[in-house]
Amino acid sequence: MKQIIKRTKAYYCVECGKCSGSCPVARVNEGFSPRVIVERALSGMKGEIEGDRELWTCLTCEACTTKCPSTVKFSEFIRGMRSSAFNSGYTSRCSQGGLLHSIQRVQSYRDLVQNRLQWISDDLKTSTEGEVLYFTGCLPYFENLFSGFVNPLEIARSTVKILNKAGISPVVSPNERCCGHDLLWTGNVETFQKLARLNVEMIKESGASRIVTSCPECLRTLKLDYADFLEGTDIEIVHISEFISSLIKNNDIKLNRAGIMTYQDPCRLGRHMGIYDAPREVIKSMGELVEMNKNREESSCCGVSAWATCEGNSKQMQIERLIEAKSTGADMLVTSCPKCLIHLRCAVHNQIPVEKEKVDIPVVDLTVAACRALAGE
Amino acid sequence: MTEFSPRIVAFCCNWCSYVGADLAGTSRLQYPDNIRIIKVMCSGQVFPSYILKALELGADGVMVAGCHIGDCHYVSGNKKAQERVETLLRVMKTLGLDPRRVRLEWISASEGVKFANTVKEFVEEVKELGPNQLGVRE
Repeated sequence: MKQIIKRTKAYYCVECGKCSGSCPVARVNEGFSPRVIVERALSGMKGEIEGDRELWTCLTCEACTTKCPSTVKFSEFIRGMRSSAFNSGYTSRCSQGGLLHSIQRVQSYRDLVQNRLQWISDDLKTSTEGEVLYFTGCLPYFENLFSGFVNPLEIARSTVKILNKAGISPVVSPNERCCGHDLLWTGNVETFQKLARLNVEMIKESGASRIVTSCPECLRTLKLDYADFLEGTDIEIVHISEFISSLIKNNDIKLNRAGIMTYQDPCRLGRHMGIYDAPREVIKSMGELVEMNKNREESSCCGVSAWATCEGNSKQMQIERLIEAKSTGADMLVTSCPKCLIHLRCAVHNQIPVEKEKVDIPVVDLTVAACRALAGE
Repeated sequence: MTEFSPRIVAFCCNWCSYVGADLAGTSRLQYPDNIRIIKVMCSGQVFPSYILKALELGADGVMVAGCHIGDCHYVSGNKKAQERVETLLRVMKTLGLDPRRVRLEWISASEGVKFANTVKEFVEEVKELGPNQLGVRE
């Protein structure tokens, strides 16, 4: 624990409480306080933190990190403590009964032969080797689980269509594994490393020098957490929103008007990676952007992270966010993270304590919206 | 080399299938000992994750057994079980796991014979499939 404190500069904490004040979870859950967790760590209460269920409640959304005057990396601190708790035998209370983590762990078996490319229809051009690799992430599995209320694979199809439009036939590998983001953030570092090694092998085999992802979590993981595994290679990793916005800047594609939109910043894309403008430029080129009160660094999270938590807190945060989106008067809420899409739609899909009309706003993925607005389609 | 003897996990509901298994026993019916029964209150409480986790940890087959449709002690738990198993089968297909390793059966408290026969059949089928590849650790 001392190492974790040192690495994340937690010893700089001055107990000002800005973290707890800005924390979206603390706002709806009185029992949760980042400040208290750090204070406990500083007074050496390792066992108490590991055994505390609130350790798994944190969304690692970094709302606190952007506010902290002492630059304590709280999300990193939580990640470190979770891995330490995991090694002591504690696990998160996963949503879906832990099914998603199980799927991800299964993917760490080397000899597994997945059927993950069923979604590639004849009109999509992909290749087995090439310059650009499209990292699809968990989309095929999300389709298996959540097709009742969202269309995750439409994101994958739209991404390939846009890449095709730019004259790129991306590599989509059947050997791709989960990037390991969720396991890494719930303490299972060993399996994360296995997944990372398998993915890096796959990437090297494909000969790609550029990776496009449609998921901010894959982006973060590949760019930051794979850094050690990708050492010595010169691979550029971009999110699809950056890619589309560069296409628009170069006049390579034109988008039709698609209405008034508001934008949900995914925490991994925004606060973790600092990408706020690219998706906004894409939206502005196909419609009018109206911001919600909480936007950019202030944006609130979709309520669930790494499939570690889904409870009353999450629902309340989702409902509040949807009400906020609806009150902007926008035709749709655009996001660029498949998980934000799933979580926000799930809130509307299920029974909630507010009237449906208050929260029922279409939630669309940025790539899907851009693909629909492609001129000449 | 000895013959492959599969390890099979069976989730049996408290009200029908477990009693069915009990009846098979008290009727002195013979069935293979490859099966490890876990009693649950209702087949509807068997999360897809329980099944996948059993496979992940090396079970060669998993059976979920509940009351016949319409007979569920909790009215519609078995319908939930059906949905859950269907969801899991979709996931297993994408993962490249053989869906024949998972079986959903309706066995009532009076069907001891059916229980014994189902187990025999399932064990034979899993024997043909061979050991679960996930059970082989690196």
